[in-house]
Amino acid sequence: MYTRSEPVTTPVHFTFEGRPMQAQAGETVAAALLAGNVGAFRDTPVSGTARAPYCMMGTCFECLVTIDGRPNRQACMTEIREGMAVTRQKGAA
Amino acid sequence: MSRKDLCIVGAGPAGMAAAVAARQNGLSVTVLDEAPRPGGQIYRDITRAPQQRQALLGPDYRAGAGLAQAFAQSGSVHLAGASVWHIEEDGAGFVLSYSTDEGSRVVEANALIVATGALERPMPLPGWTLPGVTTTGALQILMKSAGVLAESPVLVGCGPLQLLLAAQLVAAGRPPRAIVETVPAENMRRALKHLPRALRGAGYLVKGAGLLARLRRAGVPIYRDARDIVLEGEDRLEAVSFRSRGRAHRIETGSAGLHHGVVPNPQVTRLMRCEHRWHDSQRAFVPVCDAYGESSVPGLFVAGDGAGIRGARSAALAGRLAALRVAERAGQAASPEIAKLRRALARDAAVRPFLETLYAPCAQALSPAEDTLVCRCEEVTAGQVRAAAKAHAPGPNQVKSFLRTGMGPCQGRVCGLAVTALLAESSGRSPDETGYFRIRPPLKPLSLSELAEFVPDEE
Repeated sequence: MYTRSEPVTTPVHFTFEGRPMQAQAGETVAAALLAGNVGAFRDTPVSGTARAPYCMMGTCFECLVTIDGRPNRQACMTEIREGMAVTRQKGAA
Repeated sequence: MSRKDLCIVGAGPAGMAAAVAARQNGLSVTVLDEAPRPGGQIYRDITRAPQQRQALLGPDYRAGAGLAQAFAQSGSVHLAGASVWHIEEDGAGFVLSYSTDEGSRVVEANALIVATGALERPMPLPGWTLPGVTTTGALQILMKSAGVLAESPVLVGCGPLQLLLAAQLVAAGRPPRAIVETVPAENMRRALKHLPRALRGAGYLVKGAGLLARLRRAGVPIYRDARDIVLEGEDRLEAVSFRSRGRAHRIETGSAGLHHGVVPNPQVTRLMRCEHRWHDSQRAFVPVCDAYGESSVPGLFVAGDGAGIRGARSAALAGRLAALRVAERAGQAASPEIAKLRRALARDAAVRPFLETLYAPCAQALSPAEDTLVCRCEEVTAGQVRAAAKAHAPGPNQVKSFLRTGMGPCQGRVCGLAVTALLAESSGRSPDETGYFRIRPPLKPLSLSELAEFVPDEE
């Protein structure tokens, strides 16, 4: 339920769960995923429920994803890069 | 390894202003900040945001551009994307361990200014972990850093940030669906006694009135004195329900911004075992500091919201003040600017008691219902914390070992104050007597391979 208020002028291509997506260069992985209307970023290790960003400033760790095979990446603190493969984090990785 | 005169943690208004002042006084300075660009959260991405976006965000955001430019030209070493995960005293100063994409390193300094700012006060309400529920700050960060806007969000809680973001969304042509304000009517009556003092900082009051007028003109509904708030949904937010002045409401939305004030980010000052005291009016712990911002740990200064919430303008003043004091310690003559800075800080703080009383935290979130989660990481409810308090846990650290609250990846950043409050409520003791989580290194989770590759003698 998020929309871009500005056109993408410097596109960066990446994938989420294998799905091709596009973002604006310089933005965070979390912003790129939300703008692409990704609902859930991870499932919790305790109950397996879906979570998505809460704070967007590196505090809450709700936006943890796996990036290029490295788990536990804070999507809100990581800049999106061309060719990144982002996947949902399932439980504790 | 080179040793700096001063290391600053955080590149928001306090950190940037401190760096500029320290460099003007000839000190060598390294600034470490987690973000790829300076600005902190208040000026997030100010060096990158297009003009049009800056215009929508308004003059208080744009005010950061000049400071960011002065910082860039100051000759400070700016370690961007650097997470400080440990700090130790080494007799003469401080050794900071930090990690970047390239691994972990250390940097040493004679003096340290902690400018790590504020966190949003956690707002445990039923359903607050649903995707689509964020802090209001998060919605503003999305706007600042990416021009991404939430679709018709409902803003729940209280405080100037609620009104500011609502006005910014109105300016962007995407007004919020509603503001659900948790301020009981008696707060205004209580706040009025602080009004005469607040008039010394009348600029803030005028600004607030202007925001309210803009929201009224735009027709944004404001529901007053909201209680019994529930964020409804199965696997994502679908609606916000609440009672306002005796009537039940339910507003369908996929996005809610929660906010009831900000609190000092305690991680570094707690790690360093600085003395902290409960601030009754701000409802948070603050590190005990002298008039220059020096904490109970000699040579460790705290500037900005991390020393108690005073906002961005005061943060820059306090950063400058702390840096001038560090320069004085390093052998320079005391600056005549110091007295001026202290007067400006006092003037800028005049509005705080009024705001803190009017926008006191939401009662429902301060004492959550039994089945509301307080620890999001380990999924622990308020009821579990209360039961642990009754059974056997005298303090937050015992609760932590029984229930794992504070042991998840956020390390208590989100649940810390809630756990202290629940224990204080159960025992009848004060927050000072109850205490807070013991914060230990690493401040940010590190991978074992990163630790294994750690090279302590390189900068």
